[in-house]
Amino acid sequence: MTTHALDAPAGGGLRWAVNDALVLTGRNLRHTTRQPELLFFSTVQPVIFVLLFRYVFGGAIDTRPLSYVNYLMPGIFVQTTAFASTSSAVGLATDLAKGIVDRFRSLPMARSAVLAGRTLGDLCRIVLVVFVMTAVGLAVGLRPSSFLGLVAAIALTSLFGFAFSWIQAFIGLSVPNVEAANLAGFVWLFPLTFASSAFVPLRSMPGWLQTFANATPVTPTVDAVRALLNDGLPLQHALLKSLAWIVVITVVFSTLTVRTYRTVS
Amino acid sequence: MEHAVEVEDLVKTYGSTRALDGVTLQVPEGRVLGLLGPNGAGKTTTVRVLTTLLRPDSGRATVLGIDVLKDPDRLRRVIGVAGQYAAVDELLTGRENLVLVGRLYHLPRAEITRRADELLERFELTEAASRVVGGYSGGMRRRLDLAASLVNRPRVLFLDEPTTGLDPRSRLRLWEVIEDLVRDGTTLLLTTQYLEEADRLADRIAVIDTGKVIAEGTSDELKDKVGGSVVVVRPADPADGERAMVALQAVGDPVRGTGGDLTMQATTGVALVTEAARVLEEAGVAISELALRRPTLDDVFLTLTGHGAEQAAAEETA
Repeated sequence: MTTHALDAPAGGGLRWAVNDALVLTGRNLRHTTRQPELLFFSTVQPVIFVLLFRYVFGGAIDTRPLSYVNYLMPGIFVQTTAFASTSSAVGLATDLAKGIVDRFRSLPMARSAVLAGRTLGDLCRIVLVVFVMTAVGLAVGLRPSSFLGLVAAIALTSLFGFAFSWIQAFIGLSVPNVEAANLAGFVWLFPLTFASSAFVPLRSMPGWLQTFANATPVTPTVDAVRALLNDGLPLQHALLKSLAWIVVITVVFSTLTVRTYRTVS
Repeated sequence: MEHAVEVEDLVKTYGSTRALDGVTLQVPEGRVLGLLGPNGAGKTTTVRVLTTLLRPDSGRATVLGIDVLKDPDRLRRVIGVAGQYAAVDELLTGRENLVLVGRLYHLPRAEITRRADELLERFELTEAASRVVGGYSGGMRRRLDLAASLVNRPRVLFLDEPTTGLDPRSRLRLWEVIEDLVRDGTTLLLTTQYLEEADRLADRIAVIDTGKVIAEGTSDELKDKVGGSVVVVRPADPADGERAMVALQAVGDPVRGTGGDLTMQATTGVALVTEAARVLEEAGVAISELALRRPTLDDVFLTLTGHGAEQAAAEETA
């Protein structure tokens, strides 16, 4: 009856940090199952993009020697994960607005868990969405060169989404309310993902735009995913550049986010 | 240890606003302190400091002998907090909410299950336990929020305006639950802007205004500060308030309280009632109520600050 909380194990330590992060990851995944409509709509939008680009614009875009669908799907993968990462901004802003972050901060739990639980939960959702998009791609004619390449492509895309979740988490803690988190999370992703090699070859763009597209993390990631799905395209340079971006974004934004979390109220 | 909560000279400034301007207070173990004041007085800020959510600029605070600033993690294990808004997860069920909190306290699984059952039962949420909180009423959310703050059997509980925004019936229900907790020996620091709430739940009341504790004592001690008793006049037509005020100034020092009532310190006792009736009749002001009574906490607040608690709160939110 009188097991007092004082007797409970101390809050510090890696073991509790992992435990707490997993508990909150579970919470976020449960949220997903309780809001199936969110998952549905975050999948419908890229499906519409696939159909539009594949059948409306595709014929006018010259991607030889690749078929347009094989060219397009890597771009769709990367854009979809970037869009899906916005749930990290909205989720944190919501918890903050509802006082749930305050409750967590008043508990003897690992400080990092709220953030790690959020981004890990969102990573699971991102992986799920990429799987769905893979199925859609296969249905409209995507033909990966190898199964292993496909697995690697899914893994790289998911890591990219995880890195972007940290940018979004930072946004979620920095804006004043949920609506702002939604907008601030989304708006920059449009120019960033469209002005890249995701949908059309860079050579069709003006020079200044090519320079921009090459300077973002999107283009090397799309190029790497594309090379993983299609043998014969140059892989190494794009892959290394993409992984470097992923590491840098994750490190920089997780640091910023943790720092902001400590002082946010 | 004499006091469960000891606060000394807390200061917290936001820009040029002094949210806390030297708050000092104590809560003896097992007792209830009501922190009473209007919105923006510093009640929530005080609670946030004591529950490790906010660092003060200066001052000292200990809870159960644990320094709030030096040992926050140890403190978090022995306190419970329920804030102004029910901080419950709307997408989880009632039971899932309690289990989540229990797991974050790192309690053993069997203990979590037992504790969740016990709390759901105690707060009459057993039937709703497997429903998603999004469908709960305001009163149910507050009860669940309070239950969540009790998962770790805290020895000191902080409740920040626990009944703000609740309908009268839910408020009464929550009061009973809180009284139960206190009977079990929990030390409680309660903030409220409802005088009735402080009067009913608290052993001692600290009146706080603009970041300072301006008076402290039992409800009766505070009322004695107003002196004996007060005469209350309620004009039949609220539009007559100004005329009544002028008329009454001939016999006393009327102050306008909440709801258009005019109150005067009854320095001459019953005689003032007769005099008030006379001047009001001469002025032709019809009245619906004229009474001599013990001062309420609102009268105390009026006397101490020159403005009513609820009146100030209304101005704040206007």
